[in-house]
Amino acid sequence: MNFGVIVFPGSNCDHDCIHVMSDVLGQKAVPVWHKETSLDGLEAIILPGGFSYGDYLRTGAIARFSPVMKAVQQFAKEGGMVLGICNGFQILLEAGLLPGAMLRNKSLSFICKDVHVKVENAATPFTGLCESGQVLRIPIAHADGNYYTDPVTLASLQANAQVIFRYCTPEGKVTPDANPNGSLDNIAGIRNAEGNVLGLMPHPESCAEEMLGNQDGQVIFRSMLDALKKAKLKTSVA
Amino acid sequence: MKAKIHITLKSGILDPQGKAIEHALETLGFKNVRDVRMGKYLEVELQETTQDRAETEVKAMCEKLLANTIIEEYRFELAG
Repeated sequence: MNFGVIVFPGSNCDHDCIHVMSDVLGQKAVPVWHKETSLDGLEAIILPGGFSYGDYLRTGAIARFSPVMKAVQQFAKEGGMVLGICNGFQILLEAGLLPGAMLRNKSLSFICKDVHVKVENAATPFTGLCESGQVLRIPIAHADGNYYTDPVTLASLQANAQVIFRYCTPEGKVTPDANPNGSLDNIAGIRNAEGNVLGLMPHPESCAEEMLGNQDGQVIFRSMLDALKKAKLKTSVA
Repeated sequence: MKAKIHITLKSGILDPQGKAIEHALETLGFKNVRDVRMGKYLEVELQETTQDRAETEVKAMCEKLLANTIIEEYRFELAG
């Protein structure tokens, strides 16, 4: 499968994503410079973590107007799978591909540590190989991960099972103490209404192979791959 | 014409930076301090000379890029 990893000025997890997709999972993964205007030939897109445009103005606010984002919008509109990790999630929010916005962490600190997240919905192309309620240990590294949205949008996210990951204890309990950044409803990751765009603050690409001592993050990329393969099989049968 | 633009978090949205500043002011003895809100200030030099058009233009800038209206509100004045 062909994965494209968008590279903005200031992205710094792009190589990690490419490494996981190609060296760990044996897929084709290519960097896509933010000035590109076409995503032809790519089957899934990843917006990686980092500090695009130095986080100037607001995280993701300037990157969302990069030329490539028009193509990403179109790709998503046509049902293509788009994954945004950390700064990638912030860019998807600013671009309106996902609802809500990020506020500064409640503690005001940049937080870099392993957290636990609960898979709240395993019936998505990004979590299809997870068990429902499964707990994943994945690191976060951000200063602006305090998810906020208005009460009406929050209710619709909850009602449509669009909250995919919630910060939790190692045992899977969603508690205020397990919330590292003050996110509304312990939200760590959400998807769009159509289900083909997902954003999450934790970095699954940082824990996706055995030699790192934790490969909990790999299941997200394997799920994407599995969903793509199934979709392809369906098309070829039809 | 110059636009002076102020952007702050909407009232009701937690402003942790404002809170930290408020606590610091209290520690320094400014006991009457309440509700510190921190924001951004931008100055934009405009070619436009008509007040109406300049207002429309700055409003569009704020809506599109300068403020995230999910969490922020903005106000501006035009001078010159």
